[in-house]
Amino acid sequence: MALDKNGIAKRIAQELRDGYYVNLGIGIPTLVANYIPEGMDVILQSENGLLGIGPFPDEEAVDPDLINAGKQTITTMPGAAFFDSSASFAMIRGGHIDLTVLGAFEVSEQGDIASWKIPGKLVKGMGGAMDLVAAAKNIIAATIHTDKDGNSKLLKKCTLPLTGVSCVKRVITDLAVVDITPAGFKLIERAPGVSVEEIIKATEGTLIVEGDIPEMRI
Amino acid sequence: MNKVVKDAREAIQGITDHMTIMFGGFGLCGIPENCLKELAATGIKGLTCISNNAGIDGFGLGVLLAKHQMKKMIASYVGENKEFERQLLSGELEVELIPQGTLAERIRAGGAGIPAFYVPAGYGTEVQGTKEVRAFNGKMHLLELGMTADFAIVKAKTGDTRGNLIYNKTANNFNQAMATAGRITIAEVETLVPYGTLDPNHIHTPGIYVHRIFQGKDYEKRIEFRTVKS
Repeated sequence: MALDKNGIAKRIAQELRDGYYVNLGIGIPTLVANYIPEGMDVILQSENGLLGIGPFPDEEAVDPDLINAGKQTITTMPGAAFFDSSASFAMIRGGHIDLTVLGAFEVSEQGDIASWKIPGKLVKGMGGAMDLVAAAKNIIAATIHTDKDGNSKLLKKCTLPLTGVSCVKRVITDLAVVDITPAGFKLIERAPGVSVEEIIKATEGTLIVEGDIPEMRI
Repeated sequence: MNKVVKDAREAIQGITDHMTIMFGGFGLCGIPENCLKELAATGIKGLTCISNNAGIDGFGLGVLLAKHQMKKMIASYVGENKEFERQLLSGELEVELIPQGTLAERIRAGGAGIPAFYVPAGYGTEVQGTKEVRAFNGKMHLLELGMTADFAIVKAKTGDTRGNLIYNKTANNFNQAMATAGRITIAEVETLVPYGTLDPNHIHTPGIYVHRIFQGKDYEKRIEFRTVKS
């Protein structure tokens, strides 16, 4: 069966490693913070100027001077650090962030990603997404494999305005884990109970399937 | 040396129609509330505003939108504001969207006397436009320009009479870079202290960048998305 959003987040959490500095985008990526393995030190970056995002505050600890990049009130973890926006993007642009996870409208088999603008709908802006995808060493796109009408979001070429080119390394969806390779999408894992055929059918781009594809262990 | 002014009204003297003004803050966090309210009361028009966001209806930069004082908004993200959407769709307001890190660096560079620099953000996207493209170490970059403004208006937690500033938590955000990039920089602070009382180790913005400073009042510090432990 296809995973729900929390299932996708759980699978993404398996990509985390001890000592990683990680930036999580808005949407499914934010949920990953709930599934950081016990005992693993992962430091979350908020691009408005914080390393060490903590959980949402208790009612009495709400502080208007302490928010995340989604403008939600948060807390800090012990050992956190504050800095200004230019320093924040210097650490992003400088390649110091180990892993970036962001949501996507579309991903192409070249690793292009579209995530910020749908023509005809009101444009709100790219925020920090273009800076993140242009510079991060390791970018995972999190998305539902197909849209509401069943159209694939894993395409030969993106149709929507791009956020970045040739940057996504891995796509984790409700159906599969797929890597971006020079030859196209490569199927790595399938969601529990989802067949390879279902994934092929839901993928518009070239999908390489080699040998037995293991099920995700959620 | 006297940088201390009485209040927001005195601080914004010299701001006139069609100027370019930077406003510190991220969402509603760390915004110069006093100066924004005072500007809204002046009726100054045709402003080009540089700020990461455009406030919400009736608060933050939203107060300038409500009075049609803004000609152009330069920002990275402008959601959460109906009047903004309305003015944008009706053609009253021009908007230029810039990737957030590029925006921050353009302001930092402007204040640091760097006219232009290369970044990878936006390559291969709409942001590229007609910008110069150049490869470094096999990676494509865009030439971006440093940015300054007629006035930069920032908000800090604490300041001293020489203009040294200390920000609080994530209320620093764009304030620190913008403070360096105004031909005239105005700082409004929650607490103004005599110079010599702040620990020089803890200063974020050295006073050299700040031309006018005052202690603000009645800070509302509204929260856009109040989220608590469930």
